[in-house]
Amino acid sequence: MINKKVANVTEAMQGVKDGMTLMVGGFGLCGIPENAINNLVKMNVKGLTCISNNAGVDDFGLGLLLHKRQIKKMISSYVGENDEFERQMLSGELEVELVPQGTLVERCRAAQSGFPAFFTPAGYGTEVAEGKEIREFNGKMYVLEKAFEADFAFVKAWKGDAAGNLIFKGTARNFNPSMCGSAKITVAEVEELVPVGSLDPNQIHIPGIFVQRIFQGEKYEKRIEQLTVRKRV
Amino acid sequence: MLDKIGIAKRIAQEVQDGYYVNLGIGIPTLVANYVRDNIEVEFQSENGVLGMGPFPYEGEEDADLINAGKQTITTLPGASFFDSSLSFSMIRGQHVDLTILGAMEVSEEGDIANWKIPGKMVKGMGGAMDLVASAKNIIVAMMHTNKAGESKLLKKCSLPLTGVGCVKKIVTNLAVLEVTEDGFKLLERAPGISVEDIKKATEGKLIVEGEIPEMVL
Repeated sequence: MINKKVANVTEAMQGVKDGMTLMVGGFGLCGIPENAINNLVKMNVKGLTCISNNAGVDDFGLGLLLHKRQIKKMISSYVGENDEFERQMLSGELEVELVPQGTLVERCRAAQSGFPAFFTPAGYGTEVAEGKEIREFNGKMYVLEKAFEADFAFVKAWKGDAAGNLIFKGTARNFNPSMCGSAKITVAEVEELVPVGSLDPNQIHIPGIFVQRIFQGEKYEKRIEQLTVRKRV
Repeated sequence: MLDKIGIAKRIAQEVQDGYYVNLGIGIPTLVANYVRDNIEVEFQSENGVLGMGPFPYEGEEDADLINAGKQTITTLPGASFFDSSLSFSMIRGQHVDLTILGAMEVSEEGDIANWKIPGKMVKGMGGAMDLVASAKNIIVAMMHTNKAGESKLLKKCSLPLTGVGCVKKIVTNLAVLEVTEDGFKLLERAPGISVEDIKKATEGKLIVEGEIPEMVL
C-alpha cells in the first residue's frame, strides 16, 4: 500500500502559492472541500484561478475567497446566488470564464485521462464557441474544447483510506471524481478516513492512484443552499 | 390565460411512459407534480441523480442530496447517483428523452436565449448549453411576453444565444406552439385567449391553420 495520508489540512496544502490554478470540487455547496477552502482563506494566497462549477455563496465556500479578493479568475458554469461575485464581475475586478457545465466537467476529465482536447456540440453557434475550432461530424457541428491545466485539485469524499481510495455520497459526488488526478497534485479530504482494507474494492469510486494526499476533514458544516421541504399530511 | 402551474400542467401532458426527463429550474421543476400516475417516468438532475423523488419531509433533508436548483430532494426506488461527467454523457449521448427548460427569448428558427443579459445579469449557462445542443426533444416553458408586454417569441433573439435551432415546442401562458421550418405553428390556445391575442403577442412568424382548439387541462 502506498501511503497518501497526511496529518492535517496544513500539511495537505503545502506548496499552494500565489497565482496558482486550482480545481475545487462541489456543486453549489454540496460536496465542496470545506477544509481546503477554509485553509486557503487562512493561507491568504492571492491571484488564484479557480475552476469550480459555482463560486459559493457570499459567506461560505469559494465566496469566502472572493470576499478577500484572493481570486483573480473564476472558471465556472453558473455563478448566480452570489452578490459579491456578480459585483466583482460586472465591475471588471474579477475575470470570469463561463463554461457549459458538461464541457467544464469534461475539460477536467480530459486532463485526468490524457486527452488534450475534445469536440462537443455544447455552445455551437453561441459566444462560447467564438475563436474556437468548429468541425462537422455526421452533419452536426461541434466545438473543440481543451483540457484544463491545474496545479492543485481539492476534492471532498465521504469515505477514504490511506491508499487514497475514495467513496462519495449522494449528489455530493458531482465534479469531485473528474477532478481527481486532473491537476499536478490532488488533495482529498474525507468525512471518514477508515483503515486500509475496510473499504470493499467493488465499491470504490476513485482508486488511490488519482490521489496524492488524503486527510481526515474536520467540522463539516455542510450548509444547505435551498432548503425545500414538504409538509406531512 | 395560464399561470405557472397551468403551464406546468400542460407540459406534463407531453411526458410519455418510459421517458427519462431533465427538468430545468423554475416552471419546469413544477412539471414533476402533474405527470399522470399511470405512467413510469424517471427524472434526471444534471448534478448527478436519476430517479428523483419529491421534496423531503421537514427534518429529513440531507445536505448531500440536492437537485440542480440546489434544492433538497429525495430519491425513489431504483434511483442512482453518478458523477457530473456520466451525467452529461446521459445528456450529450441523447439517453435523456425530454428536456424541459425556461427561456428569456425563443426565435422562429428555434434558437433559444436564457443565460445572459449583457451588462445586467450574468448567472451563467449551467448545463443549459449542453442540454439544448443534444436533446432529442426540447420543450420550453415561458411567458409569452415580458413585463413590458413585449413578445419573447421573436424573429431573431436579441440576447446572447444558448443554442441554435433546437427548440421543438413552446408552452406559454397564452398558447402551445411548435417550431417548424416556416415559423411558430399555433397548436392550442390557453383558456379565454383568442388567436388574435396570440398574434398580437408574437413578433416572430406565426402560422395559424384552421380552427385552433383550446387547451384541455
